[in-house]
Amino acid sequence: MAALLEADDVVKHFPVKRSLGEIATGRHPAVHAVDGISFAIESGESVGLLGESGCGKTTTGRLLLRLAVPTAGTIRFDGQDIGTLAGDDLATFRRRAQLVFQNPFEALNPRFTVLRAIAEPLVNAGVPRADHQARVVEAMRRVNLADVDQHLDKYPHQMSGGQLQRVVLARALVLEPIFLVADEPVSMLDVSVRAGILNLMRDVRQAMGLTAVYISHDLALVRYVCDRTLVMYLGKVVEDGPTEEVIRLPQHPYTQALVKAVPVPHVDQSHEPLPIKGNVPDAKNPPSGCRFRDRCPHAMARCASEEPPLREVAPRRRVACHLLAA
Amino acid sequence: MPASLEPATLPRPTPALWPRLVRAVGRAIARAAAQLRRDGFALAGVTIYTVFAVVALLADVLATHDPMEILFLPTGKLAANIRPGADFLLGTTNLGRDIYSQLIHGTRSALLVGLSAAVVVASLGTVVGLVSGYFGGRIDMVMMRFADVALSLPFLPFVIVLIGFLGASINIIIMAVALLLWPNTARVIRSQVLSLRERAYVEAARVTGASTWRIMFVHIAPNILPLSFLYGSIAIGWAILTEASVSFLGFGSANVVSWGYMLQDAFASQALSRGHFNWFIPPGLCIVLVVVAGFFISRGYEEIFFPKLRD
Ligand SMILES: Nc1ncnc2c1ncn2[C@@H]1O[C@H](COP(=O)(O)OP(=O)(O)O)[C@@H](O)[C@H]1O
Ligand SMILES: [Mg+2]
Repeated sequence: MAALLEADDVVKHFPVKRSLGEIATGRHPAVHAVDGISFAIESGESVGLLGESGCGKTTTGRLLLRLAVPTAGTIRFDGQDIGTLAGDDLATFRRRAQLVFQNPFEALNPRFTVLRAIAEPLVNAGVPRADHQARVVEAMRRVNLADVDQHLDKYPHQMSGGQLQRVVLARALVLEPIFLVADEPVSMLDVSVRAGILNLMRDVRQAMGLTAVYISHDLALVRYVCDRTLVMYLGKVVEDGPTEEVIRLPQHPYTQALVKAVPVPHVDQSHEPLPIKGNVPDAKNPPSGCRFRDRCPHAMARCASEEPPLREVAPRRRVACHLLAA
Repeated sequence: MPASLEPATLPRPTPALWPRLVRAVGRAIARAAAQLRRDGFALAGVTIYTVFAVVALLADVLATHDPMEILFLPTGKLAANIRPGADFLLGTTNLGRDIYSQLIHGTRSALLVGLSAAVVVASLGTVVGLVSGYFGGRIDMVMMRFADVALSLPFLPFVIVLIGFLGASINIIIMAVALLLWPNTARVIRSQVLSLRERAYVEAARVTGASTWRIMFVHIAPNILPLSFLYGSIAIGWAILTEASVSFLGFGSANVVSWGYMLQDAFASQALSRGHFNWFIPPGLCIVLVVVAGFFISRGYEEIFFPKLRD
């Protein structure tokens, strides 16, 4: 199968306000949100981006959808560099790649009814007005928003979080995209409705044959819906492999800590703190060499001087750690 | 929300722009009205504006005389300095003109100046604020420097110098007020846009392919229009006050009856020292009322225009 999406050494830095001293010494500090990541996603795959808050997951998702432009590196979607898309090509890309937001309470314009919200992509794609209602209703059926007639004219503040997330999903699906990014799709929802939304997304993905990237800090969620998992730490991918293998035999010390924190994964599991010392370092000043070395129980001298590359250690299995060097 | 405004009762198929606009305006008015019942100051402000607007519209009916005509008594004597009474409701000036009719017609010119300035201030300020806030960068910097310059000009001297160069006319006064007041509106709207453009639903519009213009005018602008209205309504008071000041200082247009013109006329004729209160108190009071109304409305605006969208 051909790769639908290829990220090649993608970097995203956000400049931060310079202090007087930094201006004087000519330095340009920046948050290294994403710091050189490479991966390919095949058509039909569902991939989890797993990592603690602040490690660059959302930024990666935004880069994949061209809501942000990489500082360096390229992202190819269906063979085209999305950084250079413009005009009709960009419009086509917008029809094919969609986003499900973390917070459904924020993701919908408070002045738009459900009908208008789900019809917005149709308006932007130039679908004739006469077809809007039928397609909106179809999308709503797809996300099991029963009682379509009852919901069409509602405003967001009249609906519950679970219903809103279904509306957000319907909006993402109404143009029948082939690629979907879901950024922490259930983290803002009531625990009681999380499983329902995840099941729905899994079913919809299978029914429509979508390629999907799920972004989450939650190992259980990723295990529930993703065939493959990329583990991120401070702007880097540290481990990549089939989800079950990554969980059963984690290779990177960071992944091992993540897995240890959630012994019996459940979607609504409460989280123990990670069994590793310290906190995530400042993304403005990442440590030299391996970024995890400060917290790593196996850190060696080499880890400070040399950055471990993300290497293939077995078929479809990549890890960035000197412990696994040949 | 009252039942008649419940969206569910409205026609279903994706409505065209106009009905939707009418509905939105209707809802906004209903919300504002509900809020007004709770806020006495805002209600007073809106009432004052409304009364003046009605008077201005009906000026020809309400006035008892031609405001500039020199009137004579049945005896053939000049009707000068008559005290208020049945024939001349607020009395007459020292040249025999009817003060009440001048006041009524003054409302019309005040409203003309006020509304025109408000429209220009609100639209210029809104467009500049939107563009500046949304695009940021160099465009933003240039526009905000212009705003700084305009804000640093001394108000009345600038208007008088402008009139000195371009001649006295109501249009010049409107232009001057607009030039000096747009930056306030633009600044406030810009800062609103700066926060709105980061909202997730704006990103949602972008990811579904909405154009820059659509994002600015369909997704962002509706949230800042209340502010435009607010700054417009403050500009009404300012413009009327400016026109009055300019006329009072004698730089006004000679053939337009305005409240400022009346005050200047009264002042030049020593109405004050002669105790002709009926001549200078009414126009003075009208100016104060209009300006105060603007402040009353701005005081209660937040509740009126930004009610909690959540029930
Ligand atoms: N638009 C932005 N401007 C500046 N810094 C940003 C921006 N977006 C994200 N960041 C920073 O980049 C880092 C990664 O953020 P993010 O991608 O949101 O992480 P995650 O989704 O994994 O929690 C954080 O340190 C965050 O503060
Ligand atoms: Mg995030």
